[in-house]
Amino acid sequence: MLEVTDLRTHFFTFGGARVVKAVDGVSFRLREGETLGLVGESGSGKTTTCMSIVGLLPRAGRVVGGSVLFEGEDLTRKSQRELRRIRGRRIAMILQDPMASLNPLFTIFRQVAEPAFFHQHLRGRTLRERVRHLLESVRIPSPEWRMRDYPHQMSGGMRQRIVGAIALAGGPRLVIADEPTTNLDVTIQAQYLDLLKDIQRETGVALIFVTHNLGIVAKMCDRVAVMYAGKIIEQGPVRALFDDPKHPYTRALLGSVPKLGSKEPLYAIAGQPPNLADLPSGCAFHPRCPEAVPRCATEEPGDVHLAGGRVARCWLVSDGLTRS
Amino acid sequence: MASPVLEVRGLKKHFPVRQRLLGRGATWVKAVDGVDFAIHGGETLGLIGESGCGKTTTSKLILLQEVPTAGSIAFEGRDIADLAGAELMSYRRAVQVVFQDPFSSLSPRMRVRDIIAEPLEIHTPLTRAAIGERVAQVLALVGLEADVAALFPHEFSGGQRQRIAIARALATDTRLIVLDEPVSALDVSVRAQIINQLEHLQRTLGVSYLFIGHDLATVAHISHRIAVMYLGKIVESADSDSLCARPMHPYTQALFAAALPSHPDDPPAERTIAGEVPSALRVPPGCRFHPRCPSAMEVCSRVEPILQPREGGGEVACHLYPQPAPTERSRGA
Amino acid sequence: MATIPADTRLAPRRETADKLRALLEAAREAPLLAVVILGGLVLVAVLADLIAPYDPTLPVKGANVFDPPFWMEGGSTSTLLGTDFQGRDILSRLIHGARVSLIVGLMGTLVAGSIGTAMGILSGYAGGWVDQIIMRVTDAWLALPAIVFAIFLAAMIGPSMWNIIAILGGVYWTRYARVIRGEVLTLREREFVKLAEIAGASKLRVIKKHILPNVLNTVTVLASLTVGVVIIAEASLSFLGVGVPPPQPAWGLMLSEARPTLMAGQWWLTVFPGACILLIVLATQLFGDWLRVRLDPQTRNL
Repeated sequence: MLEVTDLRTHFFTFGGARVVKAVDGVSFRLREGETLGLVGESGSGKTTTCMSIVGLLPRAGRVVGGSVLFEGEDLTRKSQRELRRIRGRRIAMILQDPMASLNPLFTIFRQVAEPAFFHQHLRGRTLRERVRHLLESVRIPSPEWRMRDYPHQMSGGMRQRIVGAIALAGGPRLVIADEPTTNLDVTIQAQYLDLLKDIQRETGVALIFVTHNLGIVAKMCDRVAVMYAGKIIEQGPVRALFDDPKHPYTRALLGSVPKLGSKEPLYAIAGQPPNLADLPSGCAFHPRCPEAVPRCATEEPGDVHLAGGRVARCWLVSDGLTRS
Repeated sequence: MASPVLEVRGLKKHFPVRQRLLGRGATWVKAVDGVDFAIHGGETLGLIGESGCGKTTTSKLILLQEVPTAGSIAFEGRDIADLAGAELMSYRRAVQVVFQDPFSSLSPRMRVRDIIAEPLEIHTPLTRAAIGERVAQVLALVGLEADVAALFPHEFSGGQRQRIAIARALATDTRLIVLDEPVSALDVSVRAQIINQLEHLQRTLGVSYLFIGHDLATVAHISHRIAVMYLGKIVESADSDSLCARPMHPYTQALFAAALPSHPDDPPAERTIAGEVPSALRVPPGCRFHPRCPSAMEVCSRVEPILQPREGGGEVACHLYPQPAPTERSRGA
Repeated sequence: MATIPADTRLAPRRETADKLRALLEAAREAPLLAVVILGGLVLVAVLADLIAPYDPTLPVKGANVFDPPFWMEGGSTSTLLGTDFQGRDILSRLIHGARVSLIVGLMGTLVAGSIGTAMGILSGYAGGWVDQIIMRVTDAWLALPAIVFAIFLAAMIGPSMWNIIAILGGVYWTRYARVIRGEVLTLREREFVKLAEIAGASKLRVIKKHILPNVLNTVTVLASLTVGVVIIAEASLSFLGVGVPPPQPAWGLMLSEARPTLMAGQWWLTVFPGACILLIVLATQLFGDWLRVRLDPQTRNL
């Protein structure tokens, strides 16, 4: 349904004098009703990848290569007008901060009703019914009553549900959720994740889940793509990737998360995430990689396709293949 | 056991709020409403809870940023409310804090040297050279080279900044560091570095930590003991290990249920609790947790449970477990 | 596995050469026009005694009153921009007038900035009734039209250049107090200020080490925008006869003295000082605008 091929998004600052390759050759596919987790640290390009898909890049950013096929159409070739129509209906987004997505001056009713009003031309009672139904579908208690409220009268968890209701209003086929639970308390986060799962089961919508939290991936996703410095360094089915991570970065990431009930020292990745404007040569991870070989510093590894739909970008993996 | 470094008894902090513009008489937000705990030397106490549970107010009280409404905080046996002059200064020197956001906690206009040296300049008569030496020493402790002292904070990434913040907290002969969500703002790969660093420092220096957090796995990993707070009260406290092995309070169980799996094959949570934390303005009667509690009984809405010794050490405040016969003390305290 | 990684990779160090280059780059971005005008005027003001052809307070020997500029009929190259109603050289008076304008502009701004910043910090950091009193005084001050207030004060104390500086400083400090107080209120909540307080820093130390350095940018920007206002105020006061007393040469005073002849065709008496005022105010405003963008951390790092 969604096929991103060799997507490249660069940022041009100082009048083009400096180029930051925020997304540099990203490819992945998403099937109907599937959930893809896009994992990475800040600056790894996960958010820029999503913004490139829906054409919402800041002014300095431009897609310079690759294609985004969504239900057979290349989104990178669409005009802003066409994209706007697609964003309202077939692709929806949920962002990290619900307050930034909601207009503080309008009631919940007005904001949830907007897509149905403009795209489906609903009016009056039918519109009201539709809003009530949407609010019910995101488990807002007493929706008739709540739709008269303003965003500031609601808690963070409720607001994020409202954003979810707005996202669902157009009946989308794909929802991109960019760290939707980062600002929520743990019990509220658990509720929200359960809700998203329920909605997905009911509507069969596909989900791209952008997060830095591997626990959310383990709970929510079917497939996972790990990003580092603008590239997907490993992707595959969640179970396989958690059981047997191929890329040293994935391995390190999994080892660095504390596990409940375990007091073992954490595996710490040395150093800091790289500066995108000044990337190391060869594999971008090699200065921090505990298993780096000389080749990693000079040559960049390419995608290595493995059994079970897995892809990894690492010399160790490709060399291991040729050796065996 | 030796006497605790910090001992908190019956600590309360109520904030007045004017409800309406012309409303007469203030209502009170009971941010912290009767909290007891102790931290021993070289030990980490984890304070966990959701937003609004009072964990940050508790840390402010310890750091003398707020004055308690009732109760006492004793540091090495002395009530900190009575401290003045030189004794107060020595408390300020012994207790430091590391905040969540390393971008806001380092002054953008000061060099690393001056940031770390500030507590030294305030508290010690050391010469410039001696201060410089100490700065290099604590930088080495947190794994940074001495020559970073001449740089400004903006030249560092988040993890490095947090190391600088820790170095500053260690500069004086610190005995207790309040860690207020010190890794929440950091990248995943850097979090482990900082946690390991903190544990390493505790082993070598014997400093005590009060670790405030909301992520169960992180708090459980670093803490020796854990206190779970809900709406201004501690509902359960125990050894980190026995709490993880058997959480007893339904709220603690809910936190465990809400914790994210570390592997896709981990058994899914049995029950995630419904509802949200009520406003601290309208604390439910009886047990504060009863409106959200899946095992609430009739008694829970009437009688507030008090902390009782729990199986396997620690304490729990819940009617599911034996409570003493209701007395005046436990009713709507 | 449990070893602590020695984390020694650092952000690239800025070397002296880099800093110099950054400085040069900044200088290139600076508005050329503003820098040329301001630089020229400062030079003229400093070297006034050397470059002015005549004593600005005495009539030029051998020249008539109302001599026109040299390119007009009856003009002479000995008095390039003509003479005024007493036969004094206009060019010399303009050159010395630049000195008055700049001194009053800069010193007035300095006085206003110092009072205002001190009040703003006191108000914002102390809070409580101190804050209340200072802010009510500021409100009252702002409610009075600045120039009327200044005229009133000038009429009371009497005219002299130093009095004017004191008066304008005393009139224009309120805008600093307001803005700086706001900044201090947010700074006070920043964690590095809290950390200093928790470490036991005295109030004075917090102000000196944490508050003041962080409001200096704002003070600088405000100052660059105030200079022009103060210069205009000085010219207005002088024009109204309560400013710099004659025969001292000030641009506002020159305008005032030229008033009776405005309709008589001797335009050079008014146009030249008027143009000077316009130029200096324009230049300071341009420079202030540039400075604001430059020092604003939000836009600086783009």
